[in-house]
Amino acid sequence: MSTTTQTEPSLLARASNVKWSNYVVYIGFVLVFVFFAITQTQYFLNPTNLTNIVIQAAPITIMAIGMVFVLSTGEIDLSIGSTVALSALTAAVVLQSTDVWWIAAAAGLAVGAIVGLVNGIFITWVRLPSFLVTLATMGLVAGLARQLTDLQSVPVTDKAFVWIFGGGNLLGLPIMVWWTIAAVLVGWHLLRQRRYGAHVLAVGNSAAASRVSGIKVNRVRLMVFVGSAMTAAVAGLLYAGRLQGARYTLGETDLMTVIAAAIVGGTSLFGGKGTVIGALIGSLLMSMINNGLILSGLNVSQQMIVRGAIILIAVSFSLRGKKNS
Amino acid sequence: MPSETVLPDRTDSGTPAETPLRLVGIHKSFGGVVAIKNFDLDVKAGEIVALVGDNGAGKSTLIKIISGLYQPTEGEIWLNGQEANFRDASDARAKGVEVVYQDLALVVDQPVYMNMFLGRELTTGPLKILDRKRMATETQQLVDALDVRIPSAKATLSDLSGGQRQGVAICRATHWASSLVLLDEPTAALGVAETAKVEELILKLKARGAAILIVSHNMDQVFRIADRVSVLRRGTQVATRSLADTTHNELVAMITGLAS
Repeated sequence: MSTTTQTEPSLLARASNVKWSNYVVYIGFVLVFVFFAITQTQYFLNPTNLTNIVIQAAPITIMAIGMVFVLSTGEIDLSIGSTVALSALTAAVVLQSTDVWWIAAAAGLAVGAIVGLVNGIFITWVRLPSFLVTLATMGLVAGLARQLTDLQSVPVTDKAFVWIFGGGNLLGLPIMVWWTIAAVLVGWHLLRQRRYGAHVLAVGNSAAASRVSGIKVNRVRLMVFVGSAMTAAVAGLLYAGRLQGARYTLGETDLMTVIAAAIVGGTSLFGGKGTVIGALIGSLLMSMINNGLILSGLNVSQQMIVRGAIILIAVSFSLRGKKNS
Repeated sequence: MPSETVLPDRTDSGTPAETPLRLVGIHKSFGGVVAIKNFDLDVKAGEIVALVGDNGAGKSTLIKIISGLYQPTEGEIWLNGQEANFRDASDARAKGVEVVYQDLALVVDQPVYMNMFLGRELTTGPLKILDRKRMATETQQLVDALDVRIPSAKATLSDLSGGQRQGVAICRATHWASSLVLLDEPTAALGVAETAKVEELILKLKARGAAILIVSHNMDQVFRIADRVSVLRRGTQVATRSLADTTHNELVAMITGLAS
């Protein structure tokens, strides 16, 4: 019997085989960090500021992880921004009438579950493209959020709620950091260590191949939309807790940032490839850019321009070289 | 040839070996249109049977019946001596029928071992964590045993050539098939050298005792690897012959219905 004996490739050969496009986000992260560290040394490197970057990023990080699963199946979820607002407002309203933090939180999460199920059912049963379904629910949910309190803001004063979803501190770390860690661990476990994650990536690669291999393609698709909407609901609770109030504008501008964080991190817009750690780094990168631009004294309009340009550059770098495979 | 087998040994001495695949009087009509009339075929262990016919002759319908995608209007499918009714494709798979498609039913961004276990991933521990190590090891053993030359079981599929990918698909079918390996135009998308490699692999499966049904448009290929051939023309089974008893011209005449 002939065996295929492989010689271990030399270190040099292996180094040249590395797909650098997979590491763009890490290189970008370091470059941006160094840039702001040099230009804004005084404030940027301050530990409080660095922690703040992570805290600011927390809702985006969590939603980006949900988005990684959606994108990995080759779909997209545009409804997360309005789900944030509806979840936050629902939690705030329920909190006002019950004064029980966990009932309020459960109500917010239920909003996410329902939006996710509606998205998933229209995509799998009615077989509409996710782009259209979530575009429609984006508007529908945003309308509900406006209707719920008639455009009024709702304050959140419950101490437990504010501690858990906002300003708490556990073992010397801000609660937002714990939320981030938990989301990354859960997301990474699901995507890398469970059959579910393997099926998510397989469906994104080839739904036909997955189907003939016995994977329940529609169930996987339904689950990623429920998961994505749930992460948006959690993000809504975190905004409500941190800002001690809910408003229909919450999450309004997050969609682009979330998708950018996932894609810059190395998740494919075309399905089949996804990385949770990449999404974390991508999200921190976005937050860091935001922070640095504010410290640089740019006004809001200028920040938007620079951020848009940076996202464009980062995305083109991370997508380049992915299609030639 | 090595004596170790990847496939379970079906020819236990003592009891006569059951026929892996037996089709009896398979008939399929769609509404009033008859697609297959009265088709009979046995595929024995260690035998390669080719299914040939022109476009529209009913080959794909027959393949879909054997792989569980269609249910026959009449007729019986027997697997290893037991009658089988397939509810769907995964039911046929569960009963030991594996299909290799020409368009490679694989996921290209995943490593070879994940493709080998796609939909049947191995897990470990109470948390049911993917057992990547064991999947990689078992895959490596299988590709080594069948001499499919790929860089590693951990290589990403997109880094492999078309021939290597089809090799992986055939390995996967071999690994899971307990009754029949159905090859649907396995070399249609491949070049000459890669086709030769895949044919070599198919002959190895045969030597290991697999029952193989292959659909091919390539008459030379049929003569190179098959033991018997069954010809379909407009839904009718024209003949089933041993390749030793027929000629290229006769086969073409049977397929087209024109005297040569």
